Amino acid sequence: MLQDIFAFEFMRNALLAALLSSIACGIIGTYVVVKKIGFISGGIAHTAFGGIGVGYYLGINPLLGVIPFSLAAAVAIGLLSKKAKVAEDTAIGTFWAVGMAVGVICIGLKPGYAPDLFSYLFGNILTVPSFDLWMILLLDLLILAVVWILSKEFLAISFDEEYAAVSGLKTMALYLLMLCLIALTVVVMMRVVGIVMVIALLTIPAAIARMVSRSLPGMMVRAVLLSAFFSICGLWLSFLLDVASGATIILVAGFCFLLAHAWRFFRLSPGAPGLS
Amino acid sequence: MRAPVIECDCLSVDLGGVRVVDGLTLRVGEGDFLALVGPNGGGKTTLLRVILGLERFSAGSVKVFGGLPGSSPGRIGYVPQRLFFDREFPISVRDLVLMGRLSKKKLFQHYNRPDREKVDEAVCMVGLERLIERRIGDLSGGELQRALIARALAGEPELLLLDEPTASIDPQMKTIIYDLIEKLKERLTIVLVTHDTALIGRYVTKIATLNVTLELHEPNSVFPNP
Repeated sequence: MLQDIFAFEFMRNALLAALLSSIACGIIGTYVVVKKIGFISGGIAHTAFGGIGVGYYLGINPLLGVIPFSLAAAVAIGLLSKKAKVAEDTAIGTFWAVGMAVGVICIGLKPGYAPDLFSYLFGNILTVPSFDLWMILLLDLLILAVVWILSKEFLAISFDEEYAAVSGLKTMALYLLMLCLIALTVVVMMRVVGIVMVIALLTIPAAIARMVSRSLPGMMVRAVLLSAFFSICGLWLSFLLDVASGATIILVAGFCFLLAHAWRFFRLSPGAPGLS
Repeated sequence: MRAPVIECDCLSVDLGGVRVVDGLTLRVGEGDFLALVGPNGGGKTTLLRVILGLERFSAGSVKVFGGLPGSSPGRIGYVPQRLFFDREFPISVRDLVLMGRLSKKKLFQHYNRPDREKVDEAVCMVGLERLIERRIGDLSGGELQRALIARALAGEPELLLLDEPTASIDPQMKTIIYDLIEKLKERLTIVLVTHDTALIGRYVTKIATLNVTLELHEPNSVFPNP
């Protein structure tokens, strides 16, 4: 059964994309969940669509357009939400829509039909070219390196930003760097589940992992494994049922999320103490 | 005369257009144990935040260890109010206390063995050694409070700032925390924000009431020992 699936090169690439993107997803998703910045991450993801449009208009690989665009969006949203006298959700919502609008206009300006744009919005893991795989691998390594080097700083600003500031950390710079890593993770996962659904795969594995973790590194490892599990399950189901892969992955993740909460609810309901 | 640790001169602070501290002059010397009491919204926490460099002031001057607030992070230990934490956060007591070593480390530098030894010492000091691997969400209020004190102590501070460490803790645990602070006052300068006016009289060297303006008292004159 499995041999049948992996006889195709596109399936092998899809599997690699799923596994590689799970690394970034689990690690960065952990920060998104514990720091409760899911909405900001959603904003960055949707603003990134502008980058796809710009890349498409300029005739370059959309991934190359989206990386600088989403990094700029991350910094701008971060600064605006913390420094300006704008409510955070207003700032995020504005960027969210403006980024999408830029993308739509750019794509409209370019003559001809844009067949693969749908795959950036909703993901199409079955059409990942080798170039994109290398890009995903590179971004994974970059994210891993930064998180390893700054692990104590990121833990501090996630748990208690004020204490981090009192300890002499440049919390704003670290926060912006964290948002940039989220932007890169969005780029990595765009191929797998698409911009619209990125936020679910970024948060669900980490949220389930948190229920049984006692440390951030432990939560990251579990989130990576869960993310890989959801992606592979979704991929396999989508192959069997011949339905969209990105959406199937999200449905698998969402179903497991409900299951995990149901398990916790029934386990804890007889008045048992919290998880250890 | 002992070296000044905190010197505020005619300090005023405005928050959102409201004056919360007005014309405050205060001097805390080395080895002092100052209790700040006063009503909620009286500016106690704000004063601590100004001393830490977290909040700007609008008039007057503040010096901490002779420099600007926020310029000597390695010498100050801060125990914020325990109620503000996400108790679902996956972090053990050990890792929480390890955070207290942040101010002694450079960027990119990972924690090492001496840091871990300081953490063990601080955890023993507050009596949490049996719970060191426990997730903070599974601690009681008093235990979490002691863990936060351990975090501040792990950084080997000279000045300790505590913001209502005994708020909503049962009376027995309050005594444990005050006994702990009593032990610390021999080697640290302490500023304590509290509502426990009945309990603190016998511990502190100075008491100040802060309700926008500050008044300094001798400890036994206002709250005589029972």
